[in-house]
Amino acid sequence: MNNRINKLFQEKKERILSVYFTAGYPHLNDTRTIIQELVKNGVDLIEIGMPFSDPVADGPVIQHSSLIALRNGMSIRNLFEQLQDIRQSVDIPLILMGYLNPVLQYGMDAFAAKCKEIGIDGLILPDLPLDVYIDDYKSIFEANDLHYVPLITPQTSEERIRMIDSASSGFIYMVSSNATTGAKASVSEFQKAYFERVNSYCLKNPRLIGFGISNAETFDNACQYANGAIIGSAFVKALEGDLPIDQKISTFIKQIVTKA
Amino acid sequence: MSYHVNDKGFYGEFGGAYIPEMMHPNIEELKNNYLRIINSYNFRQDFIGLLKNYVGRPSPLYYAKRMSEHYQSHIYLKREDCNHTGSHKINNTIGQILLARELGKTRIIAETGAGQHGLATATVCALMGMSCIVYMGALDVERQAPNVKKMRMLGAEVIPVYSGNKTLKDATNEAMRDWINNPVDTHYIIGSVVGPHPYPDMVARFQSVISEEIKWQLDEQTGREKPTRVMACVGGGSNAAGTFYHFLDDEDVELVGVEAAGKGIDTSETAATLALGTPGVLHSSRSYLMQNEDGQITEPYSISAGLDYPGIGPMHANLFKTGRAKYIWATDEEVLKAVLLLTRKEGIIPALESAHALAGLEKIALKPEDVTVVTVSGRGDKDMETYLNHFGY
Ligand SMILES: Cc1ncc(COP(=O)(O)O)c(C=O)c1O
Repeated sequence: MNNRINKLFQEKKERILSVYFTAGYPHLNDTRTIIQELVKNGVDLIEIGMPFSDPVADGPVIQHSSLIALRNGMSIRNLFEQLQDIRQSVDIPLILMGYLNPVLQYGMDAFAAKCKEIGIDGLILPDLPLDVYIDDYKSIFEANDLHYVPLITPQTSEERIRMIDSASSGFIYMVSSNATTGAKASVSEFQKAYFERVNSYCLKNPRLIGFGISNAETFDNACQYANGAIIGSAFVKALEGDLPIDQKISTFIKQIVTKA
Repeated sequence: MSYHVNDKGFYGEFGGAYIPEMMHPNIEELKNNYLRIINSYNFRQDFIGLLKNYVGRPSPLYYAKRMSEHYQSHIYLKREDCNHTGSHKINNTIGQILLARELGKTRIIAETGAGQHGLATATVCALMGMSCIVYMGALDVERQAPNVKKMRMLGAEVIPVYSGNKTLKDATNEAMRDWINNPVDTHYIIGSVVGPHPYPDMVARFQSVISEEIKWQLDEQTGREKPTRVMACVGGGSNAAGTFYHFLDDEDVELVGVEAAGKGIDTSETAATLALGTPGVLHSSRSYLMQNEDGQITEPYSISAGLDYPGIGPMHANLFKTGRAKYIWATDEEVLKAVLLLTRKEGIIPALESAHALAGLEKIALKPEDVTVVTVSGRGDKDMETYLNHFGY
């Protein structure tokens, strides 16, 4: 497998910074600019959100960005056009994140083939559960060199975490708390115990911690317990306002990665 | 062919549990326990006892003489409007609150459209001393104000939801988010035969008391157990599922569901999911949905808050696809006529939702010898303001 996600985790074991944004927000055609600015500022991995009308796993910030993106006219077809030759300028792993229904309407086969053509490395579809993935879609993902990135939460049992680990191959998305995206997180004793418990399983897949990572402090904390962390809502929020977009992005990323 | 759920949670190609991992422990717990609990002796005793002595079941099966004369056929009404709290929704909330208690949950959440499910949930929470949070679209909070006041009086917290069209779909999203954020002590009482497996099957079982009673009541009154057809309105489809349930495998009995066409199925202001929808995944199950070609859910519209939903339960999707049940629709205007007809012919003021089923009588070729049972899912109290505005009394 020649997948950029595997390459990243082979080369870098700690303080991996992954950033999520919603495609089509704040403006329909910001997608390429946001990706290029994130790369320029040293981000390791990018999760490109495909907006959905009913994002049940998301908190208010991503709900809002999704709504605006859809109003701006964002769609999967549009996004694929915007990403068409992104690989001429961008080398880091790119992941698409969204909900199952728009992907199903596009057609899972066609969608996966298009991802391969563009150079997408993985998918995060929170409402595509592991058992359905294995029964219906695993062969399609594999044929197109796409990783299925699974989520685990503090409530996920050891047995299930092991099953998830063995069925997946890129990295595991560790949801930091029992929450939708954007919830406030400080690393509590409860979370610490959860992170340490998962570390003790010696899983084959690397892990990134997400949900509630918003600044240098929460990023540094999360990095003590996993290979890195994912920032979503806080970044989407930082895209609000009238400053030039490149400035908003570099200011935000610089205050996260205070230690290099 | 079986029209019931299979062991993977599907009705044909519809249903399933497309849940985010955050909901997995709760859904797994429900799936592994619901049949054991609801078939247990103690649960049956409590459930049947409360339905009888608290809800007031059996609900009447009433031969509507003047309606029958009007339609030149035999029309019976299954009177779910006579239930405590005024609709069929209480059958399900009694079942689910007993289940939640058995699972050790102490906090209850629910979504509501017309407010009837919220009211029925707030009621059983008061009955069991559990805390209750009801999510309701901000538009529905306005148009179903009497129910909001009742829920608050019963001690529930009613949280208006401002996303989307501010109706039932948006309230459901918010209730699911609450459950994701509160995975340990909370049970989510879904109000219809929608959501991930096992909800559609569980809710259908709790509502199946409707058709169970129709069978013996019809036998008692006429000497026949089988009507020619049964009819019910369909939002998510719970009163229809209950009305169809014990006739599903009896192909002699025609099953008719009536959807809300809003301003008409040739307009964008409609909620007739089976008439206009295509298969997809919403609220964790695969069914027909009203959506655009990008898979974004389109905003439904109906004069009735309880039918204003862009999806439909997977059981109905399968009954539609296989042709076992027939689904028709009625517009706002036809429904308002049906409200007045029943009111003046029988002295029963139905809910807007239920009047869709009655409006369906206009669209069926009724033979003189036919026996048609129409479920009146709820009473019209909550809709008085709409009626007064429209009819001008
Ligand atoms: C009186 C009444 N009938 C019908 C419905 C629609 O629900 P369902 O299709 O699940 O029966 C509602 C929902 O609020 C209702 O209040």
